[in-house]
Amino acid sequence: MSGPLTSAFTRLYGAKGWSVLAVCGTVLFVLFPLLNLVVPPHSEFHVSAYWITLIGKIMCYAIVALAMDLIWGYCGILSLGHGLFFALGGYAMGMYLMRQIGRDGQYASELPDFMVFLDWRELPWHWWNTDSFLWTLLLIVAVPGVLAYVFGYFAFRSRIKGVYFSIITQALTYAAMLLFFRNETGFGGNNGFTDFKRILGHAITTPQTRMVLFTLTGAVLIGTLLLGRYLVTSKFGRVLAAIRDAEQRVMFCGYNTLHYKLFVWTLSAVLCGVAGALYVPQVGIINPSEMSPANSIEIAIWVAVGGRGTLSGAIVGAAVVNGAKSFFTQFLPEYWLFVLGLMFILVTLFMPNGIVGLLRGKAFKGRRA
Amino acid sequence: MNAPAHATHATHATAGVGDTAGARVVTDALDTTHGAVLYLDDITVSFDGFKALNKLTLDIDVGELRCVIGPNGAGKTTMMDVITGKTRPDNGQVFFGQTIDLTRLSEAQIAHAGIGRKFQKPTVFEHHTVFENLELAMKADKRVRQSLFARLSSEQRDRIAEMLRQIRLTDSADREAGLLSHGQKQWLEIGMLLMQEPKLLLLDEPVAGMSDDETERTAELFLSLAGKHSLVVVEHDMAFVEIIARKVTVLHEGSVLAEGKMSDVQNDQRVIEVYLGR
Repeated sequence: MSGPLTSAFTRLYGAKGWSVLAVCGTVLFVLFPLLNLVVPPHSEFHVSAYWITLIGKIMCYAIVALAMDLIWGYCGILSLGHGLFFALGGYAMGMYLMRQIGRDGQYASELPDFMVFLDWRELPWHWWNTDSFLWTLLLIVAVPGVLAYVFGYFAFRSRIKGVYFSIITQALTYAAMLLFFRNETGFGGNNGFTDFKRILGHAITTPQTRMVLFTLTGAVLIGTLLLGRYLVTSKFGRVLAAIRDAEQRVMFCGYNTLHYKLFVWTLSAVLCGVAGALYVPQVGIINPSEMSPANSIEIAIWVAVGGRGTLSGAIVGAAVVNGAKSFFTQFLPEYWLFVLGLMFILVTLFMPNGIVGLLRGKAFKGRRA
Repeated sequence: MNAPAHATHATHATAGVGDTAGARVVTDALDTTHGAVLYLDDITVSFDGFKALNKLTLDIDVGELRCVIGPNGAGKTTMMDVITGKTRPDNGQVFFGQTIDLTRLSEAQIAHAGIGRKFQKPTVFEHHTVFENLELAMKADKRVRQSLFARLSSEQRDRIAEMLRQIRLTDSADREAGLLSHGQKQWLEIGMLLMQEPKLLLLDEPVAGMSDDETERTAELFLSLAGKHSLVVVEHDMAFVEIIARKVTVLHEGSVLAEGKMSDVQNDQRVIEVYLGR
């Protein structure tokens, strides 16, 4: 059993691909921890908590971009609501982190502060068992997964496609945002969740906890990349790309395209949920603005900039756009939206295959990883 | 019709009216005891009052090569849409063999039951290689789980290689299908149909855009397929129809105008009027 499995695994990349991955892994899992934890802060080589948080955050975005690329780049389904799944994963983790605060909040109550403020006496039903980490893990996967499955089932069964599908996903995330803005919903209204103190009993802001979260995010990112690579190089991936290019032909070949779309759509949503759950403890806040339509559109821009239909492109796109965003919002905040718009226009006009497509040269036509 | 056999089939059909039933391999249980592979009975399809098919009745025998001709708008493509499940008829019955009610199955299920369709405009997977096109079309368990772990066996590779030879694309196996010539794409699509091992092939204008040489070879191919498969060919190219036709059906305004040997049909006064009259 392990024989074919190992060979299926090693086949995912050639020697060059594995070397690049090994270098990335070494940097993430050895170099950064050393430079952050071992090298003293006054040294020039010290990597500060700021950078660890920023890179950790960008890696979360890169997971989202990979998830987006699987459905958009490979299956041709443009979701403009992926921010919702990201936020749901984040909220699931946020609930757990709120419970971990315990009596250390402003009002020294067992209940989260915002509930005390609203004069609630007990936890609402959907907070049941949220102090359990295992239950939280289940929620992180199940909530985005079930929502995506149900939504996807009806949308794909009705053969809603293209721009109509995109608009509905956009409406979905907008509706959810309005719902989460309401105090009565029980998710902290427009303030969301913040002031986290602990995760699994460990103080959340210590360099050690941060580094664990950072390396965990890196591991999930690499895992997602390998999973994506496996999917797109399998027959399943070839069927996905065929659905993107000529869905009707695929149906007449005897494939039930509903099942294929539903599988990759649900998987994509779950990956976003996991990314959101990793994001919240590192950034320290989750609120309904994560569900704003603009956020979801930005996810599509990351993938377009990096290169649709290439997994490495999704990661590069998320890194480049968010790197630029950090720079501009810090030094030239009023110009950031112009830069983002310009980036999108330039990519659309001159780099239809994104940065990775450009790097691979004009001969690039493959569109496969 | 045929109550007991129909009942055995009903479980399958109800399980998958929508899409819940997977695209599993249907066993070769096509009941053709009455000699016909396809019956269309009293089919009517209307779009906003326009009757694309008007009480169309037609049957195709096992192993038959049937040509369907008719002027534009006669309902030829709509007929194929009805057979393949893309369009549901307002009225009438479509049976594949004695027992399979096609109006109750999805496109994928119909494909699995053994009906392959070539579109008017060649549709191949342009970004896949020729080899991959044939691989995707090949008869296999086409459910998600199987596709996730599918590996080509050496028999399957041989079958693809054999098909590449048959459609004369061996040298282009690793090229992207989008780069093929129009005629080659037509051949690739025919090859994809054959990989599905269908019992009935529906071919919508298979020689459109082919060179004379390619047309001739296509005619040879179809003649060699008849007998093993049943073929329904919709074609405008009369020279081509004359080469391959044994029995010709002329459609006009959604129903059958004439049926018979090519020479008889050509001399039929009504057919001449429809084609040349107005």
